[in-house]
Amino acid sequence: MRPERARVTGGEQIGPYTLLRVARGGIEPGIPGQFFMLEAPGRPLPRPMSLCLAPPGELEFLIDPIGPGTRALCALQPGDELAILGPLGNGFRLDVERPLLVGGGIGTAPLPYLSEALGSPPAILGFRTARHAEAARLVPNAEVVLEPTYVTEAMPPGHDVLACGPEPMLAAVAQLEPAAQLAWEAAMACGYGACYGCAVEVDGELKRLCVEGPVLAAEAVAA
Amino acid sequence: MILNASGCLDALTAPAVARSLDAFVTKTVTPLPREGNAPPRIAEVEQGMLNSIGLANPGIDRFLSQTLPRLGELGVPVWVSVGGFTVADYADLCDRLDDRPEVEAIELNVSCPNVDDVPGSVGEIVAAARAATRKPLYTKLSPATADIAEVALAAQRAGTDGLSLVNTILGLALDNHTLKPRLSRGAGGLSGAALKPIALAAVYACYAATGLPIVGMGGIASGRDAIEIVAAGAASVALGTILFSDPDAPGRIRAELASEMAALAVGEADNVIGLAHAKTTAASETAAAAAALSVQ
Ligand SMILES: Cc1cc2nc3c(=O)[nH]c(=O)nc-3n(C[C@H](O)[C@H](O)[C@H](O)COP(=O)(O)OP(=O)(O)OC[C@H]3O[C@@H](n4cnc5c(N)ncnc54)[C@H](O)[C@@H]3O)c2cc1C
Ligand SMILES: Cc1cc2nc3c(=O)[nH]c(=O)nc-3n(C[C@H](O)[C@H](O)[C@H](O)COP(=O)(O)O)c2cc1C
Ligand code: FES
Repeated sequence: MRPERARVTGGEQIGPYTLLRVARGGIEPGIPGQFFMLEAPGRPLPRPMSLCLAPPGELEFLIDPIGPGTRALCALQPGDELAILGPLGNGFRLDVERPLLVGGGIGTAPLPYLSEALGSPPAILGFRTARHAEAARLVPNAEVVLEPTYVTEAMPPGHDVLACGPEPMLAAVAQLEPAAQLAWEAAMACGYGACYGCAVEVDGELKRLCVEGPVLAAEAVAA
Repeated sequence: MILNASGCLDALTAPAVARSLDAFVTKTVTPLPREGNAPPRIAEVEQGMLNSIGLANPGIDRFLSQTLPRLGELGVPVWVSVGGFTVADYADLCDRLDDRPEVEAIELNVSCPNVDDVPGSVGEIVAAARAATRKPLYTKLSPATADIAEVALAAQRAGTDGLSLVNTILGLALDNHTLKPRLSRGAGGLSGAALKPIALAAVYACYAATGLPIVGMGGIASGRDAIEIVAAGAASVALGTILFSDPDAPGRIRAELASEMAALAVGEADNVIGLAHAKTTAASETAAAAAALSVQ
């Protein structure tokens, strides 16, 4: 298991987020919902990032600069190199009949690639501000709601829900749709099962999110 | 020899990484299963990380029946790290590992919370473990002690075959916004680059005091780091935190170590062990090597 060195080919500002582009090299894009560990320049640990899009020859990551690691990633310039490990973890099951994508904030990140794999199904995206909502343009067929409206207020019933977003949003989605597939987050040091840092409660037991998830069945997680 | 540091690799989820090591060390196994502490239980800091995993492990019963047989099939020597809360726990754990052919050595984690870290008690633990097993015993010490050489001597007198140096040292990180601890438990064990000088000092002192074989660890991330801890007195090197950012580190560091050795022209790897202790008036080869070390 060897991280690949990848070259940054570009970066684009989308609202407060940065869409980071790197040359794909030998890296497989994997299944939507899987993630990669990205070297955060100058930091001791890499950062988990979902794959946002996989255009030919490239990989794209949508990054919210909330701390030292993500800020270092957003500051990368074309020509810079970084180590990338992945794809890691379990992605979304794609054998769904009536998919509905649900995203909140930076939880939009894995949805463009997922949308592509599922043939652009309808999506509902919730954001804090109109500026954050600029990320919605990456997802076809998306309806946008802004706070104080929540995605759960706009979700039509009778769909196979695939969701990614902040914990309270996922918990609310799980209440409405116990059969939903939810992509969770946890602090991760390694992403491949080595550190036991990413514990989340699954089926009543603390388990490693990077091994069991990050996509989990809603009913498995005590939210 | 390059090993992983206990708790920093799961050979069953990353068998290829385990196979790139000369021996695999398990996460510390305790008498009963432990879920570990509530999340968040890791936090990055400037020169390393804090963890408060809390010895999450399946417990010795499930370890023996389910985990160990699978580890035995990997084709890598297996060292089992054990941890308890009483002296009798250690004796019991060692006794149950003693007749298992998959186990090459036992590491006594006497540096976990709730176990008294005074020399007398380390001596008692090692003596009890020694009486319970013929397997090679490595005693893993905490650097958070006034005189680690004294603890190492107590372990030696009680019959340890070697030392694993060092475990993490307690640290605290506060959230940027709230100024509350970032780990749910408050403080956690500091590992990574910040630990390296502390590890070097511990290895240096314990090598001088005991002459026992030492597995050196604490912030080893390059061949240069590895040769330094070997020069301080380590016979083997264990990799912990570096595995999180670079699962390919064992192969990389082995190659880097080889070029460090070639640059020093010291011949066999064994010639470097304890080189930092050598008087410059020693044999010419060692003197030249010591000189080369000091100019780098
Ligand atoms: C499987 C997985 C996939 C992910 N995919 C993406 C992605 O595609 N794009 C992306 O931008 N991020 C993603 N993340 C989250 C991202 O990894 C973290 O935001 C990042 O590690 C934070 O590092 P940092 O050094 O910037 O901030 P830190 O110093 O780690 O955190 C800065 C501050 O933000 C808080 N914080 C940490 N994480 C979050 C969070 N997720 N939300 C809100 N506050 C937080 C911390 O408590 C701290 O106060 C993903 C996480 C996981 C587990
Ligand atoms: C996430 C994590 C879990 C650890 N778990 C254990 C453990 O179960 N038993 C143990 O003896 N040491 C444990 N350690 C300590 C390491 O084995 C090692 O002594 C320490 O991390 C220093 O090495 P490093 O700086 O290379 O990481 C753990 C360290 C980390 C970072
Ligand atoms: S991130 Fe290290 S075990 Fe999951």
